[in-house]
This record gives sequence, structure tokens and C-alpha cells, in this order.
Amino acid sequence: MAEYSVFSLLKNALNGNRDWKPAWRKPDPKASYDVIVVGGGGHGLSTAYYLAKEHGITNVAVLERGWIGSGNVGRNTVTIRSNYLLPPNTRFYEHSMKQWENLSHDLNYNVMFSQRGVLNLAHTPAQLDDYARRGNSMRHQGVDAELMTPAQIKQLMPAIDISGNARFPILGGLMQRRAGTARHDAVAWGYARGADRRGVDIIENCEVTGFLRDGDRITGVTTSRGEIRAKKVAVVVAGSTGRVMQLAGIDRLPIESHVLQAFVTESLKPFLDTVVTFGMGHCYINQSDKGGLVYGGDIDGYNSYAQRGNLPIVEDVMSEMLAMFPSLGGVRLLRSWGGVCDMSMDGSPIITKGPLPGMYLNCGWCYGGFKATPASGFCFAHTIARDEPHELNAAFTLDRFHRGILIDEKGQGATPRLH
Amino acid sequence: MLITCPYCGPRDVIEFTYQGDGNRERPNPASQDLEAWNAYVYDRLNPAGDHNEIWQHSGGCRAHLRMVRNTLTHEISSVAFVRGAAANTKSGGKP
Amino acid sequence: MSPRRADTGGRVDRQRTIRFTFDGIAYTGHAGDTLASALLANGVTLFGRSFKYHRPRGVLSAGVEEPNALVTVLKGEFREPNLPATMVEIHDGLTAVSQNRTPTLAWDIGALNQLGGKVLAAGFYYKTFMGPVFGPLKGTRFWMFCEHFIRRAAGLGRAGSTPDKARYERMNAFCDVLVVGSGPAGLMAATAAAEQGANVILAELDPQFGGSANWSGETIDGMPAASWARRVAGQLERHDNVRLLPRTTVWGHYDGNVMAAIERVSDFKERSAKGEPRHRHWTIRAKSVVLATGSLERPLVFPGNDRPGVMLAHAAQRYANEFGVLPGSKIALFTNNDSAYGAAVALKKAGAAIVAIVDVRSELSAETRSLASAAEAELLNGHAVVATEGGKGLSGIKVQRFDAVSGALTGDSRSIHADCLLMSGGWSPTIHLASQAGARAQWSPARQAFLPPKPDGRWIGAGAFTGSFSTDEAIAEGRAAGLSAAGGHAAPAVLPTVEATPCDPDPAPVFEIKAKGRSFVDFQHDVTSEDVRLAHREGFISVEHLKRYTTLGMATDQGKNSNVPGLAIMAQALGKPIPEVGTTRFRPPFAAVSLGSLAAERYGDLRPERLTPMHDWHIENGATMYSAGLWYRPMIYGLPGETVEQAYVREAKATRESAGIVDVSTLGKIAVQGPDAAEFLDRVYTNMFSTLVVGKARYGLMLREDGVAFDDGTTWRLGEQDFLMTTTTANAGKVMQHLEYFLDVIWPELKVTITSVTDEWAGAAIGGPKARQILAACVTGTPVDNAALPFMGIVHGRIAGVPVMICRLSFSGEMAFEVYCGAGYGTHVWEALIEAGKPFGLVTYGLEALGTMRIEKGHVTGAEIDGRTTARDLHLDWMLSKKKPFIGSSMMDREGLVAQDRLELVGLVSLDNRPLNGGSHIVEQLDEANPHGSIGHITACCYSPALGKYIALALVKGGKARHGTRAFASDPLRGRFGPVEIVSNHFYDPDGSRMHG
Repeated sequence: MAEYSVFSLLKNALNGNRDWKPAWRKPDPKASYDVIVVGGGGHGLSTAYYLAKEHGITNVAVLERGWIGSGNVGRNTVTIRSNYLLPPNTRFYEHSMKQWENLSHDLNYNVMFSQRGVLNLAHTPAQLDDYARRGNSMRHQGVDAELMTPAQIKQLMPAIDISGNARFPILGGLMQRRAGTARHDAVAWGYARGADRRGVDIIENCEVTGFLRDGDRITGVTTSRGEIRAKKVAVVVAGSTGRVMQLAGIDRLPIESHVLQAFVTESLKPFLDTVVTFGMGHCYINQSDKGGLVYGGDIDGYNSYAQRGNLPIVEDVMSEMLAMFPSLGGVRLLRSWGGVCDMSMDGSPIITKGPLPGMYLNCGWCYGGFKATPASGFCFAHTIARDEPHELNAAFTLDRFHRGILIDEKGQGATPRLH
Repeated sequence: MLITCPYCGPRDVIEFTYQGDGNRERPNPASQDLEAWNAYVYDRLNPAGDHNEIWQHSGGCRAHLRMVRNTLTHEISSVAFVRGAAANTKSGGKP
Repeated sequence: MSPRRADTGGRVDRQRTIRFTFDGIAYTGHAGDTLASALLANGVTLFGRSFKYHRPRGVLSAGVEEPNALVTVLKGEFREPNLPATMVEIHDGLTAVSQNRTPTLAWDIGALNQLGGKVLAAGFYYKTFMGPVFGPLKGTRFWMFCEHFIRRAAGLGRAGSTPDKARYERMNAFCDVLVVGSGPAGLMAATAAAEQGANVILAELDPQFGGSANWSGETIDGMPAASWARRVAGQLERHDNVRLLPRTTVWGHYDGNVMAAIERVSDFKERSAKGEPRHRHWTIRAKSVVLATGSLERPLVFPGNDRPGVMLAHAAQRYANEFGVLPGSKIALFTNNDSAYGAAVALKKAGAAIVAIVDVRSELSAETRSLASAAEAELLNGHAVVATEGGKGLSGIKVQRFDAVSGALTGDSRSIHADCLLMSGGWSPTIHLASQAGARAQWSPARQAFLPPKPDGRWIGAGAFTGSFSTDEAIAEGRAAGLSAAGGHAAPAVLPTVEATPCDPDPAPVFEIKAKGRSFVDFQHDVTSEDVRLAHREGFISVEHLKRYTTLGMATDQGKNSNVPGLAIMAQALGKPIPEVGTTRFRPPFAAVSLGSLAAERYGDLRPERLTPMHDWHIENGATMYSAGLWYRPMIYGLPGETVEQAYVREAKATRESAGIVDVSTLGKIAVQGPDAAEFLDRVYTNMFSTLVVGKARYGLMLREDGVAFDDGTTWRLGEQDFLMTTTTANAGKVMQHLEYFLDVIWPELKVTITSVTDEWAGAAIGGPKARQILAACVTGTPVDNAALPFMGIVHGRIAGVPVMICRLSFSGEMAFEVYCGAGYGTHVWEALIEAGKPFGLVTYGLEALGTMRIEKGHVTGAEIDGRTTARDLHLDWMLSKKKPFIGSSMMDREGLVAQDRLELVGLVSLDNRPLNGGSHIVEQLDEANPHGSIGHITACCYSPALGKYIALALVKGGKARHGTRAFASDPLRGRFGPVEIVSNHFYDPDGSRMHG
């Protein structure tokens, strides 16, 4: 398949764009594969890509119930950052960040990773100390971070309200300049195309309806397009983990599925060059290249697979956004949507071998999975190929909850709605 | 979403706090069965469909409610006080 | 009168002239005009520029679906961008400007993008801008360089940075029946429901009720339909059980029939009345909803279909019949269905010449032909428009013979002069609200449209919404829906009679004319039919991939104009029927809503403020306040010229030397009462409370179920069955919920009631060597000496005549007392204490001094009980009773919670006599250039006047084992590095002799 470049664009334009080929093939499933990846989201596609690229395992099928990227990779608010407090998270997300920094070239697909910075606003001295602790934790692991003063923040985003009259005045912020945003759909498509070019079969409209077993061992799946056998079956369906694992007879996991809403305004001329989060509550906002302000807030806070949220969160998020940017009252909300998140019991993910023989599980991304897409696939592919975790995901086990080795970034314990 | 509190009547979801999977059994307090404790604290049913769950009417009467709610449609098919509906009927429906 | 304004007709008030400006040019219009109708009346054809190619665009529609004519309305410094000119009602002084053009609308440099032509096809940006693999622009730099320019070229209107001064308001409403839309179907539904006695709300997005009746030109009950609608609306207004909401867009259908709507209350006025909000956000909880939302006309896809002057047929009919405005003088029509003929007749009647009706169908009914004759139009059936001519306005069209079945064009093309082309590609029912509620649309091959499924009990549809496009049907369905929604039964009734031109509701299945030139599917986003086919070629064939790859349907009209044509083109490319390609689910909002309205009263007033009873006193006495959660608390009571550090050092020092007083009203307070109260506390606290005697207090620690430390505080035994629990300020709500959960769900057998009494008590902590003397000077009714009030003892007495409860306990480490009184007496008692303290040098102190003294004592707060630490980590394991199970007892010894490398509480002393920073990390080996090897972090720090040193509390790996060793504070964020000594967290008076007195 042709490389994408400005030259291929020109050449094809002269041809009336008639010679472009599908970005990925639409193969029928084979009877068996070395590895089946259940889930054609960002993480599933990147897992397949790194299985092929890093481990030479190309006899791989990615099975997607609908169209690839239809889950959370296509529904998130595209923030990419590694500004975590706890070392297992910082290390993992920083690895992801480094992958992002070269991802467009790696995939020969412009994922539009824009390192425009992520700023967390602090509103109390205690919060500023908390951010300092986090920023210093990052700095001690070689990750960039800096504290900003209100005046510096005002310079960066002139419309922000730094007046002392605000209900929660802005006292400063924690900035990670290498953080930023990417074009979410492009990530799914780029990984799909990259995996496909290496021989992976991406099979859409193929819903897994059950697991084939030999005793305890998983030996394949039954699907809406027939039985498919595999030496290894990797489940990477964040948002649907409960449903899919139930097909394997596992109906209890340290996960609740919650709906998270996201919002976009009508398109505006450049207004905000940085990703910014409000510290008293939970609102994050960036401006897409098309000009829409893309933002979100808390999860609705109850189990849901409906991809549909309710009104109170809408009102809450808007009021937080206007607390930051009081000039936006007349700007209009264009669209809202919901995504279903695997909320884990400590707010951190699970990338592990098991829990059944022949099975591998990648889930529990809460609402931070998008930024992890490269590292998640990289580590999961390693775990599948080598039957042992990469050092980066060694802490993200399923048994850590029972053992009490928690990675609780927010210190909320087993209350998923608070992570 | 509207939740019909048996005491307060139909109220907006904003008045309620979700307390999660209502199928969990807390082990006997003296139990040293760590697996049972772990299962109680960490492992949750998470069905796509009807779910038995606990909510608190935190912005109202503060009673805990046991609800069956469909996680695909958000439709609520039953709501009752966790503290036995029968006992409450005797005391005039007040929790 | 302007040349484009008819002398009669429409609802505009020709006696009232309104003056406004557009792009700085002064225009006039009439009361009742929209910005679009007024500008059209002035002969304006150019309204905006498209998003990608910056192509000149006119107005396409007359309503909420307008994709082209978007403007920014200026109110002083404040900007309201992206408003459809079709929805802006003009008023004197209205100032509107066009968008997305540099420097002017007529001459826009961005139009050069069009030269990029086929290179800039759908998805081109995914294939390029990756930049070099080495050199200064490697990595993300090249893309970010390009992005800078792309972002400036993209975007529509500009948002300002001046705060919005307008007021927004929120309303809750409850009704039996909400009727959405007030066309004939909605009016009938509202009337029928109202007559059943139901409480009805009727919401209409336009300023006047009537919907299509306002422009259809039909006759209902022997009068013009518009008059009929006015009459019915007037009758509804007289019903007590009906609320009419004009200018109200119902935009969201949430779970449980919670409907969200925005009412434009005053933004159509020059000045809003006193107290009047700009917008009102309605949350309407409706038992039943009647969806009478009508339908939207679709454009046809053909080369040049985006040229200014090309407009939807019914939009032109609306301009003529509602506003008396002609969008052209020589008008051509292009249609695949009958409905456009009515528009032709209406425009003819209003004074325009209809130069041609181009119909893709070759077979036409006799009625249709006679309408063409009535419009005195040349009828070109079996023809299609293959091109449009002109620059920033239409000058003519080209037509060719067309086969509607094969799509083939034959014969020579022919030019026709026209300054306006009306198109009609059929109608799509406005099913958005039903779709939001989860209804799956069904494709109707006859209507060539997605129709709503059967009603689901929460909503019921009527009229064009259901695909019943005639007014007769709308009236009958509307009445039936209204009755059904109100729970009534269909009684036979005489329905209003309709005189309308006959109209076949089924269009020919023609969506696109394939001819040379750009044919636009999504006008605003410049998505062409070729872009759709490119998406197909590259495998983006599912409807969601199509949408995301080409941005079709993502513009501000959210696909209202483009969805179905786009799907049809993809279906044809795939050789599949349209329903197999699918339709996207509609999501809120139906039409864009202002962020201000959604925030409503919380705009600028985000959260409630919690103030202690003594708040005003603090302010009056020079306190600097800061927020702690929702509370405001004094930080320091600074003297003129003092720094924060000087102030808290002075306050802490004075407290330790004489006495200090601090407001502790924010502490969580929970009354725990009942026969099993003591048993309950034994279960929730790690330590024993059943052994506590009446009249004493005890410090308690709670864990979470998972064994991690949760909260601490003192609990006072006021009676055998009566306890007062205190919690930290931050966790008051969480602890309350935690306790309630256990009582209600886990231990319903316990006879205990708990009540949050945080707001009932005002509290002051008074501590220091002279604290007891001060109390003795003002407390009556009880002695406060050591016998009467030993450490952790409780007495009841009076201060300044007010009953108080005093407990001798200490957070500062001094001999200290907490004095509680009824919240209403807080300031009274506080002032009495201050007065009594004057001779003893009593100072007020704030949170900084409080923090300083607690650090000196090594007490923990939320900075250490951070949801990750255990009792052992905090050296509170002495509080873990072995005699009883308690919440967390079974889980607290899991391997991860007792590991050797956990962070443990220690004290730090700055060895370079410089301040330490909160959030600084601790390392064994200092490396300023490349910080690494963190072994922990500082949780709290201060200058300790008692020790004369800068000290801190920290959580450090290894903890106690490191006492007496040296390490370094490493704070690269603030550039503060320096040696520290690790010591016990109990810096000051470790044996507690001062507080035990």
C-alpha cells in the first residue's frame, strides 16, 4: 500500500483522487489465528500493531462488533499527558508520551499530536501543594512539569478569570508543556492501517458471542461471523469489559461501567491554545483544530452502558467552564455525547495475563485511556507475546486489589464514581 | 433521570448518590476470610441490563434505596427502602 | 419599500422601521423580520463564507437548520458568535457582522484555499504534515507549525474575552403533556390535551405559534391558515392549565422524560426589561411528550448548488408568505417532489417571475402540472440542473435532460437566466428528540426518509414528524396524540377543514445529479459528493466513519441538511439500500444552546458559600480568608505591613505564650444517638468508645472498608445514649454518608439515629497557658478547674448568658478547650471570649497558625490522611483495637498495606535555615540538574516559633528507621534544594505535659 505523503497527495489529486485504496482491508475471518484481539478500539488496534511490529506476530485478527474506533477512542476529549502522581502511572504514561511524540511517523499517518500543554488550575494553597507534590514527582522521574503563576496563566489564555473575586480564585497551576491533544479518530485509523499493512486482519461487524474452551483454557471465540480459534485470546474492550467477560463466565470484576459525557461548542477562531482543567470540581477544556471547544467533566456516577448521560452533569460542567472563562456565555453548545468507561477500584488500569488460561485482559481505563493508547498496546502486546508483563505494566495486575497493592491516584478507595 | 423515592416521590437524579452493586454480601465482621472480604469490597456485578443497586437519597430523606435499574436504558423497574419495605409500612412509610 | 419587499403579505409590521447594521453598513427592516429576511429584502445575497474553502454563501434556509448565513452579534464588547441570521430577530441598534473572512466578506483571502482543489479532499491532513524525521522540525514540531496556520484558517466566529454581563435563568416545570412544536399538529394536540384537563406546556422555537400554517398559504376552517393558528393559540392562552412558550427550543430528551429547553427571553429586544434574563433554561419534567416537530426540507446535490441565490424551496415560500420578501425576481425551481410547486405558486403570487420548474421526474400528475401553469412557469420535467452561474450571486442555471431511474444526463445543456434557484430534495421528519430518547429510526422507501418508530409510551408523534406531510393528517394526528398523551379517549369530533393544493408526499429517489463540478453535500463544511465517494474508496463506509472522515454532518447544523443526501450517495457507491448504511443517532442538543443558559444562576456563582457564624467578625477584624472546600476560613489576622509568615508566627507564639482562639465551627459534627450508639461507634472507630464514660471525649480514628485510614476526630459522650462526633472539615459529608450507609444497609438492627449538626453549633478553640483563666473569667454555671474539667472532660455552662458546652481537648498541644454554642449565638459567645481574654493577651489565630502548631505537635490532617495511608503509616497503630472487629479491621493487614517500603510519617528539620515547601520531595542524594530517587514528600511545613526552625511533616519510605538521618528536600519546580534532618513527627512537647497541664 502506498505511503502517505505530500507527494502521494499531489499525484492522486492529479488523478481525481481515484486511485486511493482502502486504508485497511475488509477481510473475512480465517478459521484460526495465533492471536485474536477482541475489540477494535484504539487499544485493540495498537495491540495488534505492536504484536506485528515488535514481536513479529502477524497472524492476528482484531474483531470489532461495529466499526473500528466506535468506542471510547472516538468519543474522548483527546487529552494526552503524563502528569501523574504515582510512579507506576507516571512511568507508564511517560512511555506513552514518548511514543506519541513519534507516532505520526511510526504509523505514516498524521495523528495530529499537538504538544500545546496541559495546565491544571489550583484554587487553594493546599491544592497548590498537591500539584507541587505531583509536579515534583514527575520531575524526579524525568518528566517535564512546571508551576505557573496567575499572571503567567493570564498571558497564556487572556480570557481566563484570574480576579480575586471569582468564587474559587486561581492561585496558580501545574503545567506540563509536552502534554497536549491528538486527533482521536486518526489514532484508530492510523493503527488500523499500520496493523493491516503488517498483515493483521481487521474484521469489523464481527461481534464476539462466546468463548471456545478446552477445560478452563480459552481456545477461541464464537462470533456473529462464525467460530474463530486462536492460541491466545486478548480481550481489550474497555467500556464493555463487563459484558464480554461475562461471556467467559466471569461476572464479577473490580470494575463498574459508567457513562462519561463530552461536549463540543460551535466552531470558534483560536481562543485557547492550551488544555486547561478547573481545580474545584472537574472540568477540562481544549480547542480542537476545527475550532470547537471540546470539554467534559465528571462521570454521571452510576452504572451504565447507554452512552447517554443526564442533564445535571451538563449544567455542572457548563458552570465550571464559565467560571474559568466568563466571556463564553454566548457561545453555544453544539453537541454532547456519552462514552462508557471501565471505572476500576483504584482508578488505574489492568493489563494482565489471564484471568483464564489462554486469555489476556486489558481494561479498567477509567476515563484516561486515550492517552495510553500507544503504551497500552505496546505493553499488552508484550504481555501476550512473552506471557509475562513488560516492566511498565507489571504493576497493573488484576490481583493487586486483593493484595492491597493499590495505585490510587486520587486516594478514593473502592468507590469507582469518585476516581 | 427521575427516581421515585418511596418516601419523597419522583425526584431528579441529582438528589441521589450511587452506592453501587447491591448484590454484595458483607462478611461477618469477625470473619478472617480475606477472599470473602476482598470480593465484597472490590468485585462487582456489572451487567448490561437489569442491575440490582443501592442508591441514597442524599439530597432528600437520606434513605438508602434498593433499585432495579436497566443499565442499557436507565429504566427503573423497582425502588424500595433497603431497610425492609414491610417494616416501613407499619411505621407509616417513614424510614 | 425595498425592491424585494412585497407591498402586502406576511406578519411584518410595515409601519415600524427597524434600523440595524451588518458588517458596518446600515440597513432597515420591519418589526417581525429576522436578520435574514431583512437583508434579503435589502437585496443582500452574500451572507457568509464556508468553513474550509471560504466559498461565498447566501442564505439556504429560513430556520434553525441554516448552515451558511452565520453571524456574530455584538453587544458592546460582548460577542455572540455563530448565530444563524435566520434565527436573529432584528431590533433597533442590532449590530451583526459576518464571520470567517479576511479582510471582508466580499474579498476573502481564505478563498485561495479553493485553489488547493483536489489536494485538499476529505482526510488530506491525515496523509501529510508529518514533517521530516530528523532536523529541527522533527517529532511534532512540523505539525505544530502547520497547525498554527490551520487553526487560524479554521473556525467560524470569534469569542471575546469580555465577561458576559447578561443574566441567565433556570426554571423547573412539571406538566402532564409537553407539546413540542406548534404547527397545526401541535396546536391540535395542545388543545385536545388541555380540554382533557391536562396541564399542558406548548413550546415553539419561532416567535409566533403556527409553524407551517404561517407560510403554507393554505386555508383552515375557511380562514387563512396563519389566522387560524393565531386564533387557536389565542384560545390556548386563555386556558389556565396551558403554558405557552414561544421562542423556546426543546433541545434535549433525557431519561424519564426530562426535557431541556432554552427560551430566548430578551435577546431579540434592544434592551431587556429590569431583571429579565437573556435566556431561560427550562427543565421540563413531562409525564408525556407530544412530538410535533415537523420536518426539514433537504437540498439537492448538484454542481454549483452552493452559490448564493440557491435556496430551499420552502424557505423562499416562508420569506414570501411570512415576511413579504422575495429572494429573487426571476426564480427557477429544481425539485424531486410536489411540495416545491406550492412554493412556486406562492412566489408568483407575491410578485416574482417563475422562469422554470425543473423536475427530475418525467411523469407528473395533472394537479402538479396545473400548479406549474398557475405559477406561469416553464415546466421542465425529466430535467435536472447541472450547473449554476454567477459570482457572489446567481445569474443563471444550466439544465439538461435527466433520467431519474438511471441518473443519466442526455442531450445538450441549456441556460436559463435566474437570480434565484429554489431546490427541494424531499423532506426529513425532525425526529431528533425521539432519537435522543433511544428510538431507532426506520427508513421509509416511499417517503425516502427516516421515520420515527412506534411511540414508546413516553412520547407520541403527530404530523410531519411521523411522515404525514399534509395538514389534514397533521390536524387529525395532532388531536389524537393530544388526547392520548392526556390519557383521554378519542371521541368523535368535527375537525377543522383544510383547503390545500394536493401534494404527493413521496419524492423521486433522486439525491444527486452527477455532473462536472463541485456538488456540495455539507454546505458549511464544504463536503462534496466526491468527498463521500473518496471516503468510500478508502474504506470509510460505515456512516460513522463517513461522518468522521469527511466531517459530513459535523457542522453547526449537525447534518440537518446533509445527513440523508450523504447517506444516499454512500449507499449508491456501496450498491446497498440506504438503511443498510445506517443512520447516526441524534444527540443533544437538537439545536445549539448558549453555555450561559446551561450554567444559569451558577454563572459566576459556581457553588454555594458556607460561612461560619463568626464570619463577619473575622472580616471586620482584619482576617484574610481563604476557601476550604465550600467554607471560608481565616488564614491569618494580619497586622498592617506583616507578611503571612510574620502573622502566623506571631499568632502561634502568642498562643503558646498566653492564649489564642480560633474558629472551629467548620468541623463536621454528627449527633449519634440511641441505645446502640456506643456499639455503633465501636464498629466504626478503630478504638473503643463503649468504655468511654459520660462527660468525657476520646480521639477516634476511622478506616475505610479496605483498611486505609479515612478520618479522625474526637467524639464526646454527652449521655449514656448520646454522642457528639466531630470529623475533619473536609470529610464531614463523606463521614456522614459512610455512617448512614452502614446503619441503613449493613446494620439495620442497630437502634441508632445520626444527625448532621455541623451547622447547629458554633465552635471556638481556645488554647494556651492562660486559656483556663480566660474561661474561668467568663464561664458561669460550672467550674473549669482541673477537677471539674480534666483532660478530655466535658462541662456545660454559660458564657454571656448563653448555654455552652466545653470540652478540654487540644490540637495545638496547649492546654486547650473547645467551646460550642448554638450557631445563632456564635458571634456573641466569641466576642465574650475575646473580651474575657483581653487582660490575658488572647490573640485570634487563623489556619496558618493552627497548621503551624499542629505540625509542631505532629498531628495528622487531610494532607497525611490522603486516602492512601494506613494507621501504621501515620503511627496511629496504637489506636487499632485488638479486642473487637471494626470497619477495615479485616482488610488492613493485606500484604500491600504492611509492606516495608510504604511511606511513613516523619518530621523534617531544615538544616539550612530556609523555608521548606509543601509538595517538595525528599531524596537521599541531591541532584539538582537531574532530580531523581524520591523517597517521599513534604505534606506540610512552616516556621516553628517554638523550635526556632523551619520544619515539616513528610511521608517518607522507611519512616521511623530514618530518624536522625540526613536527607535533602528536592523541589525542582521552585528551585529549592537543601539538607534536612529526618526526625520524629512529634517535634514539640512530645510527652504532652503542656496540654495535660
